[in-house]
Amino acid sequence: MRALLLFLAALAAPANLVLPSVETPPPTKRLDITLPDTEGLLPERYGVSAEAANANCLACHSAAMITAQPRLTRVQWAETITKMRTVYGAPIDPADDAAILDWLVAD
Amino acid sequence: MLTRRTLIASALAAPAAAQTMVDLGFADNGMRTTTRDFPQKGEMILQRSSPPLLETPLSVFDAHDFTPNEQFFVRWHYPFPTSIDPAAHRLSVMGHVAKPLSLSLADLARLPRVAVAAVNQCAGNGRGLFNPRVPGAQWGNGAMGNALWEGVRLKDVLALAGVKAGAVAVRCAGLDAPLTESAPDYAKALPIDHALGEEPIIAWAMNGQPLPLLNGFPLRLVVPGWYSTWWVKMLDSIEVLARPDEGFWMAKAYLQPANPLADVSPASPAGDRVPVTVMRPRAFVTNLTNGARLPPDPFTIIRGIALGGDHGVTSVELSADNGASWLTTRLGPDHGRFAFRRFLGVLHLPRGRHAVIARARNAAGVEQPLRQNWNPSGYNRAGVEPVQVEIA
Repeated sequence: MRALLLFLAALAAPANLVLPSVETPPPTKRLDITLPDTEGLLPERYGVSAEAANANCLACHSAAMITAQPRLTRVQWAETITKMRTVYGAPIDPADDAAILDWLVAD
Repeated sequence: MLTRRTLIASALAAPAAAQTMVDLGFADNGMRTTTRDFPQKGEMILQRSSPPLLETPLSVFDAHDFTPNEQFFVRWHYPFPTSIDPAAHRLSVMGHVAKPLSLSLADLARLPRVAVAAVNQCAGNGRGLFNPRVPGAQWGNGAMGNALWEGVRLKDVLALAGVKAGAVAVRCAGLDAPLTESAPDYAKALPIDHALGEEPIIAWAMNGQPLPLLNGFPLRLVVPGWYSTWWVKMLDSIEVLARPDEGFWMAKAYLQPANPLADVSPASPAGDRVPVTVMRPRAFVTNLTNGARLPPDPFTIIRGIALGGDHGVTSVELSADNGASWLTTRLGPDHGRFAFRRFLGVLHLPRGRHAVIARARNAAGVEQPLRQNWNPSGYNRAGVEPVQVEIA
């Protein structure tokens, strides 16, 4: 019954177009922020060292960009490394590719 | 689902402070922690610290038609300045114009002021829910928000500079910059017809306050009805182009299959692609979480929000029988065609499990499909979002 009353009360609410009517001046004060550093290094997985991934991947983005991904194949991860290198100019040492991929799929 | 890898992910993201785990409902690896560590931000779902990706919890949409600035989602591709003096900020207008300009915020404020309520939604909102999964920022459905944006029309700024005949696009860029020299600077080139239209604005205020730094202080482009990839933050450069922008962010990124739903079969070749632009109607149930257990009640209240894309929401309907029958809902206050529209309805749900579906339709007659669309970039998610509930 309470639910019905709530619903009927809501039905009485106005549904007309509500036009905005504010006029905020442009900001004039300097804004300073400090970004948190809440993520650390990638951990070892099943005995596979994260050293190559940590050395090559975390300069441009924090660790969660990697750990948040769905399960990707070695081929998909290799495509990602290629994209980071060719599109974003990531200085990933080609000699490290295999070690990075070993860690990415050790999951 | 809590797995070893999600535990590792959460441990990585874990500062000493108290935090909440959130299940974004992905098939795998969907647990995230919340964070209160970001400046000018309240509790947000942490997707990535650097460059920040912060998602708005669903409960925020249940409580507000206008998403509070401190819980508005955050998405950066590249590093950006963390100290900005708006008095020193200049917006350059250059390229294929009669008179190049360098405008202060005070200069802009002399133009006619406009205000628009509009939803800002990431093209990849809901990407983590794609099946099969695709790489990229793994958003739930909280990479969106509705705000009242205030500023001046882009076309009025362009008129000050005088767009020359033959202009085809207007490239907008901000203060964010990649770390490496060869990476492409983030820039988006609006088609000239859209740039000279009534809708795009250069905004300095969001819900009556200056933009939070993480949302683009001191100026950002607002392109109502279009995905947020176009809403360039920390805007400092407008370049009128006499030929199409072939840069990475126009020619290679933020492209979708060339059909309105951006829908392809996972097995098929990609085919022709076009830039993501206009958003589609979407409805979200906000008062029930997936998997909720509710007591029997003759009337189960279903509440949520909807967006219409580039046309206003005209209806939201509910179904608890996979779309065999639909019940209309009552729509809340109309804040304009680009804004969130609240809906409220009741369902009579007998004991047992139910999938509650909300379906939005807009003024152009576009309706949410029951089946999800799919593409390899995870853009333009458009189908209904069923919520599983159990009456027990």
